[in-house]
Amino acid sequence: MTAILRTEKLRVEYRSRDLRQATKVALNGLDLEVRAGEVFGFLGPNGAGKTTTMNVLLGFVPLTSGSASLFGIDVRQPIARQRIGYLPELTYYYKFLTAEELLRFYAKIFGLARAEADKRIAELLKLVELESAAKRPIKSYSKGMQQRVGLAQSLINNPDLLILDEPTSGLDPLGRMKVREIIQRLKSEGKTVFFSSHELGEVEAICDRVAILHQGELKAVGTVAEVSVGSDNLEAAFLKIVGYQPSPLS
Amino acid sequence: MSKIFALAGVVIKELYRRKDFYVLFFLTALLTLAAGAVNFFHDDKIVRYVKDICLLLIWVSALVISVVTTARQIPAEREARTIFPLLAKPVSRWHVIVGKFLGCWLATGVALVVFYFFFAVVTGSKEQIWPWGAYLEAVWMHWVMLAIVIAMALLGSIFFAAPSSTSTITLIVVGGILLLGTHLNTIALQQPQPMQSILATVYFIMPHLEWYDLRDFVVYDMGLVPVRAVALATLYGAVWTTIFLLLAWFGFRKKSLNT
Repeated sequence: MTAILRTEKLRVEYRSRDLRQATKVALNGLDLEVRAGEVFGFLGPNGAGKTTTMNVLLGFVPLTSGSASLFGIDVRQPIARQRIGYLPELTYYYKFLTAEELLRFYAKIFGLARAEADKRIAELLKLVELESAAKRPIKSYSKGMQQRVGLAQSLINNPDLLILDEPTSGLDPLGRMKVREIIQRLKSEGKTVFFSSHELGEVEAICDRVAILHQGELKAVGTVAEVSVGSDNLEAAFLKIVGYQPSPLS
Repeated sequence: MSKIFALAGVVIKELYRRKDFYVLFFLTALLTLAAGAVNFFHDDKIVRYVKDICLLLIWVSALVISVVTTARQIPAEREARTIFPLLAKPVSRWHVIVGKFLGCWLATGVALVVFYFFFAVVTGSKEQIWPWGAYLEAVWMHWVMLAIVIAMALLGSIFFAAPSSTSTITLIVVGGILLLGTHLNTIALQQPQPMQSILATVYFIMPHLEWYDLRDFVVYDMGLVPVRAVALATLYGAVWTTIFLLLAWFGFRKKSLNT
């Protein structure tokens, strides 16, 4: 299968303006490959470098050395993001716009023709069950509704690769189930999904392959079964890989 | 271009959903109508005095709307983190800068048309004359000047995180240029060295916003400014606007997106 997301020896350093503070290495030699059509879980404890990796892939953070590409195009080129959809962990949208206006704005950004945009917006509003609230400003939405608008905007261009940053964080069980269903549906349509999550049960249920990152370095990559070899489940394998030691009290 | 127009559209929507424009227009209208209703100085030429007040209010209001709207654009994107889903699309930082500029400029243009139309109605109803050519020139030159001011405020907003700092600094600089711009050269000649050279240099390198002020032409019915002069002023404005936008893009390109 073709790799549509690739990093090679990716290194990201954050230099402090304060000369007395050492440079922080957020990613150190990360080699990653996500193949077309797979659901790929990106795991790691807080501060492991997951968000930094996503930020590099999305062009928010410059890489220090190595390379990163989407569909074979360097991530520093805006065109590399033409075929991707991105859902941030928290909702960051123009709250004075309605859901329909927000989707239309992003449709224009992708250069969708009016008729195509209308069709796509109607489909997505139905998919995320926001048809009745489509003409209300986003500021009047609940957290779950805002997250669903986010999901809709990430799909506006019918992306081939979806990058989701903790897509179920803060959602109620119904919301989580809905997101899971959407991911499964995208997989069945042949889309590639790259997502970070702390919900290991969820990852185990829907991912084809996973990668575990710790302190900016890739510790394990493979199918859930491959990564879990020698452990009871993915959670046990994850804790072992990141060197978790239970405290005497527990 | 569709990306730039899409970004500009959001800026325009934001402006007309906020109250700033309506409040300033209401205040301008109220003050102008009050000034027109009462003849404080028993001036026979009350229309001239109403024109003067109304145009001053339009200039102040347009400056406040353009600077305040522009100053909050980039910081608000960074603070609300809406910049992340935006830049995750095939949008470059240059698109963001130009889109924000265009949105602010077009929105200010709409506001200017509303303000000047009100001005034309108020003064026309008193004088029964409608010098549309002079009004058109005044609006155009005013709008070109605001393009420079908006680009300047956008540049400031890249370097100052607080919109209030950008607004204050931009308004002080613009106010200084409008008040002292014409006289700076004369003031320079009266100063000892090295102040003379410093002021003369400032005079020659600053954007001459005062050239765009055609209020006297409108108030004293001085006729039309030659089209060639308007065209040159437009070109001069375009050059300054481009310089400020390029500097803003250069700064934004290097800027970390985290607040």
